[in-house]
Amino acid sequence: MLDGILLGLSTALSVQNLFLVTMGCMIGTLIGMLPGLGPMSIIAIMIPIAIGIGDPSGALILLAGVYYGAIFGGSTSSILINAPGVASTVATSFDGYPMARRGEAGKALTVAAIASFIGGSVGAILLMIFAPALSSVALLFHSAEYFALMVLGLAAIAAFSGQGNVAKAVLMTLLGLIMATVGEGALFNVARFTMGFPQLQSGFGFITLAMAMFALPEAIFLVMHPARSGKGDKSAAIGKLRITRQDARDMAPVVGRQSLQGFFIGVLPGAGATIASFLGYAVERNLASPAEREKFGKGSVKGLAAPESANNAACSGSFVPLLTLGIPGSGTTAILLGALISLNVTPGPRLMTDSPEIFWAVIISMYIGNVVLLVLNLPLIPYIAKLLSVPRPFLIPFILFFTLMGSYIGQNNPTELLILVLLGIGATALRMADYPLAPLLIGFILGRMMEDNFSRAMQLYRGPSFLWERPMTAALLVLALILLVLPTWRSRRERKRKIDTSMGD
Amino acid sequence: MALDRWLALAILGLCLVYGYTAWFTMDANLPRFMQRNPVWPSTFPKALSVMGAICAVWILVFQKPLPEPGPDDVDYRKFLSYSWGRALALIALMLLYAATLRPLGFLGSTIGFLVIGAWILGEKRLYVSLPVALVAAGGIWWLVSEVLGIFLRPMPMFLM
Repeated sequence: MLDGILLGLSTALSVQNLFLVTMGCMIGTLIGMLPGLGPMSIIAIMIPIAIGIGDPSGALILLAGVYYGAIFGGSTSSILINAPGVASTVATSFDGYPMARRGEAGKALTVAAIASFIGGSVGAILLMIFAPALSSVALLFHSAEYFALMVLGLAAIAAFSGQGNVAKAVLMTLLGLIMATVGEGALFNVARFTMGFPQLQSGFGFITLAMAMFALPEAIFLVMHPARSGKGDKSAAIGKLRITRQDARDMAPVVGRQSLQGFFIGVLPGAGATIASFLGYAVERNLASPAEREKFGKGSVKGLAAPESANNAACSGSFVPLLTLGIPGSGTTAILLGALISLNVTPGPRLMTDSPEIFWAVIISMYIGNVVLLVLNLPLIPYIAKLLSVPRPFLIPFILFFTLMGSYIGQNNPTELLILVLLGIGATALRMADYPLAPLLIGFILGRMMEDNFSRAMQLYRGPSFLWERPMTAALLVLALILLVLPTWRSRRERKRKIDTSMGD
Repeated sequence: MALDRWLALAILGLCLVYGYTAWFTMDANLPRFMQRNPVWPSTFPKALSVMGAICAVWILVFQKPLPEPGPDDVDYRKFLSYSWGRALALIALMLLYAATLRPLGFLGSTIGFLVIGAWILGEKRLYVSLPVALVAAGGIWWLVSEVLGIFLRPMPMFLM
């Protein structure tokens, strides 16, 4: 492991990569602050630039920096104007915004920065411990298990996508898988489902799909419903940045607990930073003394520190399945996976042995990114906050322009822009009807790998008997089924119980 | 019928067309040697089409009504009270951009896109929006073309 760390240090500390991680954190913070642009959209926009770098470790370092920066930037706008730029910082605004209204915005930002820093650093340490262990287990997996594991991952993502939404998430996953079968596959040199369009010969572009699913609907929503964001007074004074010793003492146990909890939630596929932050907030609220519980939601330091450390630790945690199994647990890591594949790197258990410099450089750059965020952003906060006043008539055309550019640069083909706009309109309709879009993208990215592994296992076993003959495969598939059925079954039982009690009254 | 059911119906239709292709038309031109394979190019799509259709029917029949949207959510039932005209105009502008990118060149079409986009959204002062668009288009062209080395035709086709 020590060689690995040294290798990672030597890669990550090169001038170019230091520059990239700094730039990534800056850009991520700046764009993450803008309401409506989440880490997924930002990373999708940055992918063409990252691919342009050409060096996979540099590209991943840049994108990872953007990811942390976006999460941090999201908390800045949650605190200052109560407009979370990112879903995972919604919980930050519960206590951060009341603090800002009290004139303690500076203190709130400091608390958020320190909690994020510790959460992120603890997450990186845990990642360093768990990823190698998990990837040595994963080396025992065959294509049958990989197939089952992907089914399990997709099932988990659908199952965690919220109550009453499981069927919709499953349908979106299937739609993503269906879209992945368009074009020529790796195993069969047959063009499938291209409907006669030569542009679809190589399938849908993954950047185009990512832009169409996230950045475009968000921009259209911002145009249609301007009240969606930017509420509240923007004139809030920043105030002092210092925190008192009492605040630090209040924060310490919260940050410690939530860094650990957030990391492990982040590791679970489908959970991710958003769930980690809400759960962290809820857990800390239950643990607090009754007097302190009163303060939650009115500007409690604990209530601010909990979601902030949890969401940053979860960001690191979500890298574990990506780097060791090659299976993304969240929309954001799915986009990172797509970027890696475009750079000819296949994440998975072989990554650590085949290209250890990428693996370790990413982990080391997480530390550096966290330090950069702390050092760079704290003094710059008052100036960064000014970006929030970019007038909307300029902001939205620029967002649209960057989405168009992102998908154009990848293919150099204007037809790609038409596909982007059409898919974007479809995605907007789906979002209005409360269909989750991340499962679609994850299904699309995993689709091809899933079919390859499925076909390979079918060929090895001369038929589908591997589904029940290999105990590990069968167990994973049964687990996936349980995950999908459980939420429906539980909500049905709850409803039944409610009816029973109301009858008893 | 609520919007989510309509969309489920549309996806059901898509699954049926997709499934028809996978089950009935795709295998016709499969080479003989591949027919002895346990897995065909249509195997996975066949399974997907069945599962997709079942899932779409499930939503059509069992889906609970949509939750009440929060004040910040976009509610499609109030579609007409939003500035949908602007959204449509921007979508049309994007299509126009796709159509003009090659013939007009990157600089011309991008400046046009940014200025018209800002105009649609209410920034009517050309002496503000034009310089912003000029600097942005020039800067991004320089970044993409010179720094990243991705070729973008800057000028209209007849000039270079």
